[in-house]
Amino acid sequence: MKEELIRFTLNGKETEISLDPTLTLLWVLRDQFGLTGTKYGCGGGFCGACTIIMNGEAVRSCMLPVAGAAGSQILTIEGLSSNGKLHPLQNAFLEKDALQCGFCTPGMIMNAYGLLINNPEPTRKEVIEAMEENLCRCGAHIRIIEAIQAAGKEMKGGTQ
Amino acid sequence: MGLATTKDRLDLKRRDFLTLLGGGIVVYFGTGNPKELTAMPMAQRRELPEDYNAFLRIDLDGTVHCHTGKIEMGQGPITSLPQQIADELDVTIESVKMVMGDTLLCPYDAGTWGSLTTREFSHYLRAAGAEARAILLELGSEYLGIPVKDLQVSKGIISGTSNPKKQVSYGELARGKRIERFMDEKPEVKDHTRFHYVGQSRRHADGLQKVTGKAVYTGDMKLPGMVYAKILRPPSHLSKLVSVDYSEAEEMEGIEVVRDGDLVAVLHEVREHAEVALSKIKAEFTEDDLKVDHHTVFKYLLEAPSSSREVASQGNPEEGEKLSQEIIESEFHDGYVAHSPMEPHAALALWEGDHVTVWASAQSPFGAQDEIARKMEMDLEQVRVISPFVGGGFGGKIYHPQAVEVARVAKLAGKPVMLIYTREEEFFMDYFRPAAVVKIRSGITADGKIALWDYRQYFAGNRGSDTIYAVPHALTTGYSEQRGTQVHPFPTGAWRAPANNTNTFSRESQVDIMAARAGVDPVRFRLDNLADEKMIAVIDALTEKFGYTPAVGPSGRGIGMACGIDAGTWVAVMIEVNVDVKTGKVQPIRAVCSQDMGLCVNPQGSIIQAEGCVTMGMGYALSEDVEFRGGDVITSNFDTYQLPLFSWVPETIDTVILDRMDQPPQGGGEPAIICMGGALANAIFDACGARVYQMPVTPERILEALKKN
Repeated sequence: MKEELIRFTLNGKETEISLDPTLTLLWVLRDQFGLTGTKYGCGGGFCGACTIIMNGEAVRSCMLPVAGAAGSQILTIEGLSSNGKLHPLQNAFLEKDALQCGFCTPGMIMNAYGLLINNPEPTRKEVIEAMEENLCRCGAHIRIIEAIQAAGKEMKGGTQ
Repeated sequence: MGLATTKDRLDLKRRDFLTLLGGGIVVYFGTGNPKELTAMPMAQRRELPEDYNAFLRIDLDGTVHCHTGKIEMGQGPITSLPQQIADELDVTIESVKMVMGDTLLCPYDAGTWGSLTTREFSHYLRAAGAEARAILLELGSEYLGIPVKDLQVSKGIISGTSNPKKQVSYGELARGKRIERFMDEKPEVKDHTRFHYVGQSRRHADGLQKVTGKAVYTGDMKLPGMVYAKILRPPSHLSKLVSVDYSEAEEMEGIEVVRDGDLVAVLHEVREHAEVALSKIKAEFTEDDLKVDHHTVFKYLLEAPSSSREVASQGNPEEGEKLSQEIIESEFHDGYVAHSPMEPHAALALWEGDHVTVWASAQSPFGAQDEIARKMEMDLEQVRVISPFVGGGFGGKIYHPQAVEVARVAKLAGKPVMLIYTREEEFFMDYFRPAAVVKIRSGITADGKIALWDYRQYFAGNRGSDTIYAVPHALTTGYSEQRGTQVHPFPTGAWRAPANNTNTFSRESQVDIMAARAGVDPVRFRLDNLADEKMIAVIDALTEKFGYTPAVGPSGRGIGMACGIDAGTWVAVMIEVNVDVKTGKVQPIRAVCSQDMGLCVNPQGSIIQAEGCVTMGMGYALSEDVEFRGGDVITSNFDTYQLPLFSWVPETIDTVILDRMDQPPQGGGEPAIICMGGALANAIFDACGARVYQMPVTPERILEALKKN
């Protein structure tokens, strides 16, 4: 288990850590940085509970060796609200009551963030296409779609 | 005498129970066969405390700590229980803080399942609140020197009715202490006209924690010195460990291997290193030679030894036969279905001397405590189980193998151990909804009345098997595993509305088949054969909301319905679909759910549960099917086990909750899901004439049925 020094920007902070570069970003975030909002759901990239934003794109952190994150900008659910102010997506999920058990929620929000920064006013169809591979077992889908569309409007051009 | 205990309750007749709890709307409802509602054998059940202090503690600042063994896994007791206790006590809902799912801090509770939190547990909680309020008023009366009848309470402040300046708060009277005074005669709980919070919609009280990633689930915890465990699994449930060689794994840096009989675990502080080490273990297992798989299971079940039970009987089948102009015989099949909560089972164990604390994703912390104590031959007092937020359960987390395993492993290791199942383990270790066969022989008279109903279910379970229709000659028989035998090749158990999904799919398909044969609109046919006023009202509300116009099926419109009773709630769902007859693909378009659930505590919460049932139910109806060979579960992840996707969700899901505020509350977490198999199968038939007798109703099965037409 050879270690390497890996640097990346995590939720706006320059970070470096020495570890086995083959470990997945998911478990590094959870165990080394205590960022447990990013969840393990399937370990195969099928469910989206581990979704984070890397360089402006939604990615599955369970499929990414931490070496692949070197030099990137990483954003997790914990970095989404700023100065105690919730992100419009978080507000919209609350407003629409778009969750039940909450386990898929961080991954849903981060995947939706990846959509909205590129397409701030998606149609219902575009939301569905972007969210298709994020699984929710409780069945909050219909409210999640509404929340994402409402947040897009709130974000006004994806500047946040 | 205080609250009725669980033991009392089982012995009591309904009228006695009414007296015990002081009348009002507090009544006891039979919960049917407890086996189908609870995982815990009666012998392991304990009693609910009689002392209201066990449920409530009021701090000096007015904070009301409400203690319950219930857990929060998405169905919303963390929101609805405060509504009820705030109303009983006359405090603000903001002042109520829930303390949930901790065997040390909370009063005993069997578990969070069976849609029982509101319809059963809340009676105890409200009775505790009513007594606490009455005692506090007595104490306030003494403190203020004003008779109780001249006092009022608002927001936890007691004041004189004619002199409101004379006041004292609950907090000042209770000061966070146990109140050593009780009512000889228990006060009545409030009736619905006096509710402030109950009946009002409230958003999930835990929403903020969940949208910020701060909500703590078991797997999110970390203790100093904690290591992750990975456990050696057999290839099949029917294989036994013969030999094991873990020398190579032990050579890995930082790896420790522990073993207790068949339990072999590798430990490392980095979870993925433990995973690698596990793959280096060489183990030999006995062969599994059971010849059954997901294709042959239905024949296997019909041939399996079983014990039969008459569930219901009226009239005489021979008479029904004579009255019938046409007899229709059908055989329905339903495969194994997995719970698949997004959070796999997880548990963390910490030993301190001869005591262990286990945090676990558990629907029943007290059940897990019992399982651990029995397995490890400990006293219950030596085992504390805490269930933090649970990431979905649906009946799958009423079994806690992970909690027992982690307690054993942590004891061997002498350090805190975390065990989080991989998704593959989650599928392997799941207690699936059982595969089942239902045979129905029914007859209709010349004027479209059901005259004969012979219903036999094999291994589904009896919940929801009795017909809801007014049939003069009906017989319902349940075939189940003989005591001490296991027919299924792996464990099976309670899956959201156990048995009722299979039974309602079968009954409601058969009713639709009869309606089509009789040349009658399927809604009309149901109404013509129902005498149950509650169900008729639920269906009327359903069709009105949907804007349904009658037509004989298959009408080409793709509209189907199903109705049934579950957890005390009368429910119906109507859904409209498109079916692509070239590919067999089904696209739901819109759905309406109607339910009579008695008093509805949190309308929005109930609507969300109905939406969840409609959405989750599309999975078992259309795609979910566990593949297996003997005791080897082939399905291992979401690439082959297809959960409902965003694109499947109807554009609208409307829910009508009938106004029954004056009635006792009933279940909300499960009922609507029972309708989804039947409603979708019937909508598919209505769209294209394909009648599919097997769930899931896959595109292949639809195309096959189309070929037969």
